[in-house]
Amino acid sequence: MRAAVVVFPGSNCDRDLAVAFRAAGAEVEMVWHKDSALPEGIDMVGIPGGFSYGDYLRCGAIAAQSPICGAVRAHAERGGYVLGVCNGFQVLTETGLLPGALLRNAGLKYICRTVGLKVETSQSDFTSAYNAGDVIDIPIAHHDGNYFADADTIARLQDEDRVAFTYTDNPNGAQADIAGILSPNRRVLGMMPHPERAADAGHGGTDGVALFRALAGALATA
Amino acid sequence: MKARVHVMLKNGVLDPQGEAVRHALGALGFDGVNGVRQGKVIELDLAEGTTEADVTAMCEKLLANTVIESYAVELA
Repeated sequence: MRAAVVVFPGSNCDRDLAVAFRAAGAEVEMVWHKDSALPEGIDMVGIPGGFSYGDYLRCGAIAAQSPICGAVRAHAERGGYVLGVCNGFQVLTETGLLPGALLRNAGLKYICRTVGLKVETSQSDFTSAYNAGDVIDIPIAHHDGNYFADADTIARLQDEDRVAFTYTDNPNGAQADIAGILSPNRRVLGMMPHPERAADAGHGGTDGVALFRALAGALATA
Repeated sequence: MKARVHVMLKNGVLDPQGEAVRHALGALGFDGVNGVRQGKVIELDLAEGTTEADVTAMCEKLLANTVIESYAVELA
């Protein structure tokens, strides 16, 4: 697997994401927000957590208009893989690669703790190493993680088996307890929890490792 | 010329910040505040000849996220 991790001004989980990809066996290149093209031969683009452009206007709104995001959109439209975590998920909704939006947490507080996530589907290259119904422990750290979409969109996500993860105990008011969703071709995943922060024994948990290993396995021969 | 864009969360979209402001007003003794919705106002200083359609395009592409927000344009 050859992965690129995008760095925006204000990204702060970019290196963590790169470490998690490398630990799973990927070659990783960092790409800057002003780049207008991805390096040749990239299979996977990681959009990291953080506070891109200071969350100005709306979380992810300015990042979605950056030069690199044009290249990420083209990569996804060609069938390339994209993983957006936390602010990365917000960026993916702002680009339109994933439906819905992330609102301010219903309780208004920034929440930083490990939560239980139910794996809703194993039918994706991100989640194939889990079983549907597994509950895994993954940290969240966000102020705007309250997933919102209209009722038709929520129903479509559920009908098409595109809800990847739900919260076992909804921390932020997200509709239908949604923590992460897939694109129609199941190659773009956006999620608020941070699997890269549960990818090493030193993190206090390793439940995120299976996601990166599954990706590396699926893309090893790509 | 100037334009003023008002961006508000759509009706039906929870506005926890507005709710917090409503509670704070109640705590200050202002009774009878049944609801508070918080939005933002964006002022644009525009070249002459910019049309309302141009400003609408700016709203659609960047200034508002129409999944959750509505907007109104006021040209001055």
